[in-house]
Amino acid sequence: MSVVENGLPVLTAKDFATDQEVRWCPGCGDYSILAQVQKVMPTIGVPKENIVIISGIGCSSRFPYYMNTYGMHSIHGRATAVASGLKATRPELSVWIVTGDGDSLSIGGNHTIHLLRRNFDVNILLFNNQIYGLTKGQYSPTSEKQKVTKSTPFGSIDHPFNPSALAMGADATFIARSMDRDPKHLQEMLTRSHKHKGASFLEIYQNCNIFNDGAFEIFTEKSTKPNETLFLEQGKPLLFGATKNKGIKLDGFKPVVVEIGVDASVDDIWVHDEFDFYKAQILIRMFDDPRLENHLPRPFGVFYETERACYEDILNLQVEETIATKGKGDLDKLLRGKEVWEIN
Amino acid sequence: MEKQDVLLSDVVIKFAGDSGDGMQLTGTQFTNNTALLGLDLATFPDFPAEIRAPQGTLPGVSGFQLHFSSDRVFTPGDMCDVLVAMNAAALKANLAFLKKGGRIIANIDGFDAKNLRLANYIDGINPLENGSLDSYDVIKIDVTKLTRETLKDFPELGMKEKDRAKNMFVLGFLYWMYNRSLDSTINYLEEKFGKKENILASNIKVLQAGYNYGDTTETFTTRYKVEKARMPAGTYRSIMGNQALAYGLIAASEKSGLPLFLGSYPITPASDILHELSRHKAFGVRTFQAEDEIAAITSAIGASYGGSLGVTTTSGPGMALKSEAMGLAVMLEIPLVIIDVQRGGPSTGLPTKTEQSDLLQAYYGRNGECPMPVIAAKTPSDCFNAVFEAVRISLQHMTPVIFLSDGYIANGAEPWRFPKSEDLQPIHVKFKTDLEEDEHKFLPYKRDEKLVRPWAIPGTPGLEHRIGGIEKQNITGNVSYDPENHQLMVNIREKKVENIADYIPLQTLDSGPEKGKVLVLGWGSTYGAIESAARQLQWEGHAVSHAHLRYLRPFPKNLGEILNNFETILVPEINNGQLIKIIRDKYLVDAKAYNKVKGVPIAKGELVEEIRKYL
Ligand code: SF4
Repeated sequence: MSVVENGLPVLTAKDFATDQEVRWCPGCGDYSILAQVQKVMPTIGVPKENIVIISGIGCSSRFPYYMNTYGMHSIHGRATAVASGLKATRPELSVWIVTGDGDSLSIGGNHTIHLLRRNFDVNILLFNNQIYGLTKGQYSPTSEKQKVTKSTPFGSIDHPFNPSALAMGADATFIARSMDRDPKHLQEMLTRSHKHKGASFLEIYQNCNIFNDGAFEIFTEKSTKPNETLFLEQGKPLLFGATKNKGIKLDGFKPVVVEIGVDASVDDIWVHDEFDFYKAQILIRMFDDPRLENHLPRPFGVFYETERACYEDILNLQVEETIATKGKGDLDKLLRGKEVWEIN
Repeated sequence: MEKQDVLLSDVVIKFAGDSGDGMQLTGTQFTNNTALLGLDLATFPDFPAEIRAPQGTLPGVSGFQLHFSSDRVFTPGDMCDVLVAMNAAALKANLAFLKKGGRIIANIDGFDAKNLRLANYIDGINPLENGSLDSYDVIKIDVTKLTRETLKDFPELGMKEKDRAKNMFVLGFLYWMYNRSLDSTINYLEEKFGKKENILASNIKVLQAGYNYGDTTETFTTRYKVEKARMPAGTYRSIMGNQALAYGLIAASEKSGLPLFLGSYPITPASDILHELSRHKAFGVRTFQAEDEIAAITSAIGASYGGSLGVTTTSGPGMALKSEAMGLAVMLEIPLVIIDVQRGGPSTGLPTKTEQSDLLQAYYGRNGECPMPVIAAKTPSDCFNAVFEAVRISLQHMTPVIFLSDGYIANGAEPWRFPKSEDLQPIHVKFKTDLEEDEHKFLPYKRDEKLVRPWAIPGTPGLEHRIGGIEKQNITGNVSYDPENHQLMVNIREKKVENIADYIPLQTLDSGPEKGKVLVLGWGSTYGAIESAARQLQWEGHAVSHAHLRYLRPFPKNLGEILNNFETILVPEINNGQLIKIIRDKYLVDAKAYNKVKGVPIAKGELVEEIRKYL
């Protein structure tokens, strides 16, 4: 890190690695995510000392130990709340929350939705593996129905969360989805998350090869990926399939799959607009169980982005404005109060 | 008839009425008026947990007790001299606490058939009429009628609005009776209703009418006067516990140079600290009303991690929810102040009543070996200094600290000889900013002679490091499952807290001889009752002493010696015996307990009797 550019040392992914041995199971999707984060960090223009990674509990939450930045491995479900207090008081820091589906949607669900509605300018990386890994294989709030796990020998009966829809319901200002097995896309989504001013909610499909191997295979494997995934690009029609031969058309409010040149032309296809609040809700609801017949492809990319004032900015503005109009607090005046009396 | 002034030294008034009758306001107004005259005083507001409990019923009674004197005042008084009863329920609920021969000021409109029934007076028997109060001095006033009469020239006010001014009539009457000026309340009303001219004018008019009623009614021939108290010279103000606590935090923030961050979730009786602090943005205070108790403490941990003074406030049930996060702060070894304004428990318990039953929770209520310093305030104004100390210890020893107050302290008021800012000691805090010459890598758990680790905050180049709730290797801070290291770290965390005993003052006696028969050992809000009971017995010639603990963990180093100087150690607590367990365990003394868990403070009288048993 000897080269200096714009006053900042030019760093590489290596500068973000620590001397700690990475302890995830061999083959775990977390490795790829770590590699992409380490690649993106040197490119975002933030000094290393101003980056903080906060995690909760779970396999993914070991993440801070492997990043040579500031970091805190907190307690189960609370990374979002810890990050809220940090960002409220240190708005200049780039705060990243690394969390899992159990951590952020089950035990920490409450803090997740409140962070989103307050719109702290932080980045949530939700590693969704649809299973509890660290506790050795119980179903999670994103596990598909009927899943047989250690705690559900007869199949799970819980209806799973659609994390993006939950984020939308909490008025998140940036909602995106990516996957561990698509490094380029993941890097792009990480960069977009960083660039968004406000709370960024990035769900990353992450394979747990020990307890839930292949959960996302249908979206990640070469043979099925083209037909099962829909990659969203701003201003571009929603096309998918091996030769981009299929597309999504809106039939009223209902998305339907059409074949280009067969039952529709490219002009009939829904053109993606990340800033469209209403259409984003439809897109986010394209969440069919891929086991069902005639299911819709699963979208990846940025569903929605909007601008809204950040909690920490308004909080600090209130402080600054009070000081500007009333002057800095005077402790003696405060302690004295309005009415005093003398005893001689 | 000629009116005469009688000099008194000590008065206890209880204002009691329906929770909608404005008794808290009346009591507070009379208190401020009393304080401004330089009298010593103590108050005890006692109200239902419901915002509007059923009108006219016993559970709906709201009370405010004020004790003022030309001598030192330590408690709001066991029994009152004057009982203001706005309705039958108020009389019934409080008569037992009126001294024999005491005075009752009754609003006869509150003793109609309906009110008597609601107060469970059997067959509508009116205690004001049936001679049952003959041993008291009863003043009957039709406050409602007189108030309406006074406001007959206010046609734009409805009956409900007129009746709302009733408490001003009573207040005016008491101001007359105790020779007071109306100014403090007029000032208050002007500030509160300045823009609503009608309401302002009507309230002042009723206040004056109450005063004039005393002045012109011939049957009232005596007025009372209480002289200024003999208190240490200086400038005083009136202060409530939660307010003093908020000011103490602001002062500590100023004196440490760290901005104050409060993460809090509303809970009785701690919410007023959040309310107070949220007003002081000019001091750089940032308050965060979190989504729950857990977010309240963990957001404060986040703020602390970033170099702010992180604080969280709560009461018992919230403490329980915060325990896991307290453990995290212990592992992280970062500063944090957790304030527990105790109330009756367990579970929701008695939200508006006082209790000291969270001490063991504060001491032991976490998973693992999880030592934390514990500090307690003893009176409303003491919250200021005690919380300042809590912050000092937290910042200088890199540890979360638990601060205990309770409902009685939180809502009580007393005169306070407030300090000057320049007289407050600075709290020195040093962030680590660079590597030393012999350091190649930042070692976050390398300790100084106090066993305190360095505080390096995000944004500091070259000191990037990771901390977390998993056991840390000493010195490096790396994750470690090594058995030897865990034993070492458990010992270090314990020792680090014990070492604080070297940095706090030695225990002193609040009163009484250094050696003697009985040492009454207390903590928290029992201070006033213990001190006044001990003083009475000392005055009678008994070798009774009082020691009150501010530092509960660690204890001051000389506490053991002090305990050895007495034949009996008596520990009164508003719980089932908590401090006493710790004292017995640590000092192996056969201390005696006096416990009461009724949601009310311990009274001086009962304590005097208890101490006598050991004389
Ligand atoms: S259990 Fe699953 S998620 Fe956890 S480290 Fe192993 S493979 Fe990864």
